[in-house]
Amino acid sequence: MPALHIEDLPEKEKLKMEVEQLRKEVKLQRQQVSKCSEEIKNYIEERSGEDPLVKGIPEDKNPFKEKSSCIIS
Amino acid sequence: MCDQTFLVNVFGSCDKCFKQRPLRPVFKKSQQLNYCSQCAEIMASDGLHESETLAALRSEAESLKGKLEEERAKLHDVELRQVAERVEALGQFVMKTRRTLKGHGNKVLCMDWCRDKRRIVSSSQDGKVIVWDSFTTNKEHAVTMPCTWVMACAYAPSGCAIACGGLDNKCSVYPLTFDKNENMAAKKKSVAMHTNYLSACSFTNSDMQILTASGDGTCALWDVESGQLLQSFHGHGADVLCLDLAPSETGNTFVSGGCDKKAMVWDMRSGQCVQAFETHESDINSVRYYPSGDAFASGSDDATCRLYDLRADREVAIYSKESIIFGASSVDFSLSGRLLFAGYNDYTINVWDVLKGVRVSILFGHENRVSTLRVSPDGTAFCSGSWDHTLRVRSPAYFPAGDRRR
Repeated sequence: MPALHIEDLPEKEKLKMEVEQLRKEVKLQRQQVSKCSEEIKNYIEERSGEDPLVKGIPEDKNPFKEKSSCIIS
Repeated sequence: MCDQTFLVNVFGSCDKCFKQRPLRPVFKKSQQLNYCSQCAEIMASDGLHESETLAALRSEAESLKGKLEEERAKLHDVELRQVAERVEALGQFVMKTRRTLKGHGNKVLCMDWCRDKRRIVSSSQDGKVIVWDSFTTNKEHAVTMPCTWVMACAYAPSGCAIACGGLDNKCSVYPLTFDKNENMAAKKKSVAMHTNYLSACSFTNSDMQILTASGDGTCALWDVESGQLLQSFHGHGADVLCLDLAPSETGNTFVSGGCDKKAMVWDMRSGQCVQAFETHESDINSVRYYPSGDAFASGSDDATCRLYDLRADREVAIYSKESIIFGASSVDFSLSGRLLFAGYNDYTINVWDVLKGVRVSILFGHENRVSTLRVSPDGTAFCSGSWDHTLRVRSPAYFPAGDRRR
């Protein structure tokens, strides 16, 4: 069973946890949004050509195509 | 029966200084201790110091939050949609409902795809968990849980088991058997135990471990075989409503979202929160990693979906419209990450262009809230579950003559 029930903690303990956590987060190494966005854009562009929901699926290749009755030719 | 409490002068060893003195009961965190009168007095004056310390902590928390905002703002040199200005716009979008899965007796609350891209597990308010073959719409397995509101369900990576839970505060694993004589419920294994409802669950990369999120404000990692708690994750200030594991290549992290409006990223090994984001204005109902693992999206009761970049450590896009006023309950990305599908409480599904930040399509069909939504493992379709008791599998309508979108 998880060790703590968050509501049981007194205000002081919760604040101490929060302050410790914030101290850690302030020190994080961050990158420029421009650089990160560029990477996201490139990642998507490389792959969206193969993304079935973006480019569509030919009906005969669609695993969810309508069930049809068998035709014996 | 006598309901009086009276002070008894017990003589013994003080719980604080251990000296032999007359003791009085002192209540700390609802636990009774016995202090001598000196230590009891010190504790009373500590109470005064306590409120000073609280004020100091509060102001330190505020100033740290301010510093965090400053540091994040320094790197906010551009918007994602600006970077994406030259990207070709997506045109018209037509999705067709290919299958409607009917059989639940009440609201569908959760669903998950099997890795075989065909089977689906879904859970409902009526206590039933059903495994479907989405190609044929046949129900392959069904189990009735001992509770109603089965809010979470997940398929095991092997496809040989499912996990589910809800108001029973547990997460249970059911091996899937094709033996008609075997009762699925008989092989049930209780794995996770929380002190409040189970809101989400997910197997890790194997059938051996399960990650859970709960209304008790915690997430936890469990060993399926032994039911042992391997790691717990504390930090949310209220119910945790959702979680998603990072794609395996990215390493051992997961993201969770809660009623405290926070999305938190956790290190699974240490149990530590690595990053936290608090830009939503209401409960976060759904979180989903972006395919590369460098970002994640969230859907909230504040009627917006947002994209957070983990390396920039900030929100980089917000998907909203003035006309959308109902909460987003569930989000998922298409295979490349170009599209974000989001199910809403106004019964619709909105499809967003992740790069440009605009809506490319709105999908109707459900007759009540959309509560759950997942894109299939190979990205060829997506399934939505609703309070209208049904699940719908949709995939693109294809226009063979030229580009389907012009």
